[in-house]
Parts: sequence; C-alpha cells; structure tokens
Amino acid sequence: MAQERRVISVIVMNEASVLSRIVGLFSGRGYNIDSLTVAPIPESKYSRITIVTQGSIRVIEQIIKQLHKLIPVLKVYEHENLVEKEMALVKFPVSECLSDISALCAAYNGKIVNVGEDVIIVNVADEPHRVDNFLKAIKRFHPKEIVRSGVVAMEM
Amino acid sequence: MQISGAQMVIESLIAEDVSVVFGYPGGAIMNVYDEIYKQDGFQHVLARHEQAAIHAAEGYSKTTGKVGVAMITSGPGFTNAVTGLADAYMDSIPMVVISGQVPMSLIGTDAFQEIDAVGISRPCTKHNYLVTDAADLPRVLKEAFYIASTGRPGPVHVDIPKDVTAQIAEFVYPDSVHLETYKPNVKGNLRQIKKAVDAIAASSRPMFYLGGGIINANASDEVRELVKMCNIPAVETFMARGTLRVDDPNLVSMLGMHGSYAANMSMSETDLMIAIGARFDDRVTGKLSEFAKHAQVIHIDIDPASISKLVPADFPIVGDVKNVVNQMLPLAKEKVDGEKYASWRETVANFDKLHPLTYEDSDDVLKPQWVIERIGEILGDDANITTDVGQHQMWAAQFYPFTRPRQFTSSGGLGTMGFGFPAAIGVKRGDPERVSINITGDGSILMNIQELMTAVEYKLPVINVILNNKYLGMVRQWQTMFYDKRHSSTDISLQPDFVMLAESFGGIGYRVKTKEEFDAALKDAVEKNVVALIDVTVNRLENVLPMVPAGGSLFNMMLEYKDK
Repeated sequence: MAQERRVISVIVMNEASVLSRIVGLFSGRGYNIDSLTVAPIPESKYSRITIVTQGSIRVIEQIIKQLHKLIPVLKVYEHENLVEKEMALVKFPVSECLSDISALCAAYNGKIVNVGEDVIIVNVADEPHRVDNFLKAIKRFHPKEIVRSGVVAMEM
Repeated sequence: MQISGAQMVIESLIAEDVSVVFGYPGGAIMNVYDEIYKQDGFQHVLARHEQAAIHAAEGYSKTTGKVGVAMITSGPGFTNAVTGLADAYMDSIPMVVISGQVPMSLIGTDAFQEIDAVGISRPCTKHNYLVTDAADLPRVLKEAFYIASTGRPGPVHVDIPKDVTAQIAEFVYPDSVHLETYKPNVKGNLRQIKKAVDAIAASSRPMFYLGGGIINANASDEVRELVKMCNIPAVETFMARGTLRVDDPNLVSMLGMHGSYAANMSMSETDLMIAIGARFDDRVTGKLSEFAKHAQVIHIDIDPASISKLVPADFPIVGDVKNVVNQMLPLAKEKVDGEKYASWRETVANFDKLHPLTYEDSDDVLKPQWVIERIGEILGDDANITTDVGQHQMWAAQFYPFTRPRQFTSSGGLGTMGFGFPAAIGVKRGDPERVSINITGDGSILMNIQELMTAVEYKLPVINVILNNKYLGMVRQWQTMFYDKRHSSTDISLQPDFVMLAESFGGIGYRVKTKEEFDAALKDAVEKNVVALIDVTVNRLENVLPMVPAGGSLFNMMLEYKDK
C-alpha cells in the first residue's frame, strides 16, 4: 500500500512518562517516527507533541486511534492545511567562503548566528523539504556538524 | 483525616467495596501488608506465586464482573506478575494491581529489588501510575478503579514507593473522577444504528458474530433478545462462549481456527456480518483477505481502535454494546422480519448436518472430548469452567454445554499456560455456590501447581480435570501435521504421580482410565468438596478438529486428519 507522510499533533497532559507512552506506542506497534518535537503549551497544563510519520492510510488511521486511547492524550490532530517549519543548525570551518554561506542562509530564512576562532554556526528555518535542499546545497562547504530540530506545525 | 500512604491504600480499597485481594508480600510493600493485618474490611488471599495472584484476581473479576485486585512487591514480585497483567490486558479484564517500589531516594540507583515497573507495565496495561506523593494516592486509586472498569476494561497498575506508603498526608476519598483526557463514548450514534438496522433488513444472508465484549458489557440478555427477534444465525468467538445458551436455535457454535464447519462456512457465505464486541483476532479470521469476503460489515465496539483495524467496517458504531443493542431492539422489531431468512437458516443448518462438530468415541481409551461432554452432563449449569491453554482448551470451548455468560473463563488473547488453576481459585472465591472446574492438560497444570496450597489453605475447592496425553498436545498436533512428526520437546511422558502430589498438599487425587472411573471420581470430588486433581489418561494422539491451518481461509478446513 502507498506510504503517506503525515504530520500529527498530539496534545497531552504535561506529566511524567507521557512521552514514553507515545514513543512506546509507536515502537510497540511498529509505526515509523520520522521526527518528533515536544514542548509545553504556554500557560496550560498541556504539552504539544508534533510527530512526522509515514504509513498506509489504514496505518495512519490506527496510529491516530491508538494515540486517542492513551489516557493522558487530550486531542490528536491529523493536519491537512498546515504551516510546517523546521530549524537546522550547521557548523562550518571558518576557512570556508563565508559570504557564499551567508548568502545561501539568507535564501532559507537563516543567518550566521555564532562565529568562533575555528568555526562558524548558522541557522536556517524553513519548510522541511527546503531544509533538505539547503543541506544539499551546503555540502561543498564541508559542514562539520548538522543538527535538525524536527518539525513543528500549525493548522491554518 | 491524616493517615499514612499504606492506610490510604486500605481505606481506598474498602471505599471501592473490594472484598478480596490476591497477593504476595515482600520488602517494598510491607507497610501496606502491616495495615492489611490490622483491618477486617476485606480478605487477603495469599497466592504462592505472584503470577498466580494476578490470574486469581482475573478469575474473580471474570465471574463477578467486579474489578479484580492484586498486590505484590517490587522487583521480582512485580516481574512475576507481568504475565498476568499482559493476560488481563489482552482479554480486557478490569483489574487494579498495586505494587511496592523501592523508596524514592533509591529509585534509579539499581537498588535491591528495584526494577522500572511502570516502564515494563506500560505496554501491557490500560494505564499505570508511579505515585510520588501520598497526597496523590486517593485520587490515583479512584482513577485506577474508574479507568479499569469503564470504556474497554483493562488492568491498571499502581506502583508505590515504600517511603510514600509511610508518608502521612490528608486522606479524603474522592466521590468522582475528573479526567479531562479520558471520556469513553458509551452511547451509539443513533443515525448510524438506524442505517445498520436498515442494512440488516435489506440483507439476505446475515450473521451475528458475537465477541467477548458482550460479556464484559453484561449485555448477554439484550443480545439474546436481539438474536431471537431477528431470527438470524449467530456464531460466537472463543471469548463469547455462553453469550447464547447452548440450546439457542440460532447458535452455530464457535468460529475460527477450531470453529465448527457450519460456523466457518456460514461466515464465509454471509452477505452481512453483525460484529458485536469482537475484534477480528487472527485465530478467528484466518486469512484476512478471504474472511467473510462477500459481507458488508456492521461493527459495534466500545473501542474505536478495534473498528476497521483489520476489516473495514461499512457501519462502524462506537459505543457500549449494552446501550447500542438496547437502541437497536425497537428499530429491529419494527424493520427486521426473521421470516425472510428462513432459507438462509436452512442453508446454515445443512452445513451443520453435513459436518457436525463431533468426534469418534472409543471403548478402549478415554476421549478428551467425551470427558468434557460428561462434565457438562453431570454438572451443566452448576459448574463454572476455567481452562489452561492448548488442546483441552479448544475441546472445552467446542464441547462444553455453556448456558450463561461468565460461566467460562480462559486465557484467550495471550494464551497463558498456567492460567487455569489460579483463575479457578478466583472464580470459586467469587461464586462459591457453584462447582469450580479447571479443565487442564498435563503440561499446563504444572505451570502453577503450587496453587494447590492456596486452594487448600483458603478452602477454595477447585477440581482440576487433567486431560493427560503425556504430550504438550497442541504443539505436538502441529508437529504431527506440519513438521513431519518431529515431536521436538513435546513428549512429556516423565510425570509426577498426580495423586500423591495432590495428597501431599492436603488435596485429593484420582487416577482415571475408564468412563466409570471418571464418573466416580468427579462425583466423589464434588461431594467431598475438596481441592482435587483428577488425572485422566486420554488418547495420546487425539487432534483438535476441525482445523484451519494458520494463515489459511476459514472455508478450507481440515475436517479429519489421516495419519500418513
């Protein structure tokens, strides 16, 4: 069956072990997690977990139902119209062509955020597939380290 | 009221109207056991192994419909109990299991008898708690009982560190729970129900597919009425045995891997399956793509995740089975005319005439099926039946004449050998007026044989009928059929003397080789009302038939097996 990519937001009670319940559900039932982000929702007792997953339509439907069954889960949103953003931090040797790197970053809503003696660090924030493109484009500048944040999403 | 965490546990259990706790003490739970010693609000039954304590609580819950309660210590006490938790989870049995934990200050230090209990129980419980403050205990226990017994029932595990049981805090047992994130949907959608009833009225070969959820929902009376009103044939899953009376004219026995020819064929021919509280287990459906291929599907279940999980439902109805069937009854009365299905009923009856569920009896050797039928003839409705797991379990489900829900308790989903005897102890404790029979095998009985001591001590006279073929019979059957008779590690001819074994614990043992001896032994055990092992020598190479080979289609049954 065709694999679909889905972004799912799960609103959960902000309590101990809630993340292990979510992650355990995915591993125990053999579902994929492409990325996962968690943060408390301001001024509430809830947290938002954003999960990017893949599966057939049947599997996605099961994932959503099984998430609903967990006791501390308040809501599960399967996003259709959404804004997705992901951030990446990349470390380059300071010897690379900084103006080229800086120009590339600017094209992906990013900039140089730290300059050290040997390395610079840049960040970009964009749609996940654009972050993919950015990471391809900067390969020739010999990045020393790449950190991606995982996807966050908001319904339009 | 300022009391200790341990006292809170006792007060909470009493407030929940708990009359018996099955358990086993140990270091981390000692404070609570000290309070058990001081109280007389409920009985504590000391099992002889933590796994058995959980199974006993399951048996008690199955027979009474109440929440089963068990108590164990940390570390090995807890890990021994995990099989029981998993068993209760798979069969949706409402349970609250309380375990001790090392003191908070030692958690994470690999302390003596420390294990991450909630980490282990998470995938095999409906929910679990690690209580870190005694002030939370009343709320947590209230929630535990509520979550265990509502929605799709299941076990809830509460892990309490030792220092929390000693901590003094304010105790007020809450009247109600406030769980913003847990609100089971119990009422069915009426529009959807109307559509489903219209589909029944429009169908020509409908079939009820009755599952264990009916028994959990105490909805057997309503389902019996609906089946009668619609006059539609019905198959039961293993877990649903007893939903309809054995003599109900619409009952077509059990379906699935060891279901009857008629049940499996009619499920393959039906044009409308009315699934109630069933979950399309692989042992029921066989090859999924061939299962009830021509049928539209009505699926009624309390658990939305069960609906369309394996077979897409045309009419999904989420709700408590009792409520939904009650909503269906007046609509069905108005719209469904049972006359319409007369020729379909005849077709189903002909399936049964063609290949009835039967066996070949013998005068030379006892047949296990005969033994089960005979228990039914002698005790019938007066017995509650539990089983272990294997051939004897399937024969019990096929041949015992069940007449009521909760008469049959067995490990369905997890298939736990060693379940039957402790479960029968719990059944006897919950329904003391009836005879508690554990139909078991010579393999399974040894997996919790130490419970002879529990049964004798608490005067819970369970009668174990061991269908002894000196094999791990079900595995042996598969080896015979599918592994070219390589009986790898299944010949268990080396056995204890079961009569002496029973007597050494203070029970009574019988050795049986003939029909007359069996009748005499069963009657004697019932009359003497003591814990018994009846060691019945049965035909060694008897197979459970019919059989749908694993992964095969329901309509491709082995009806007989001829030795090549």
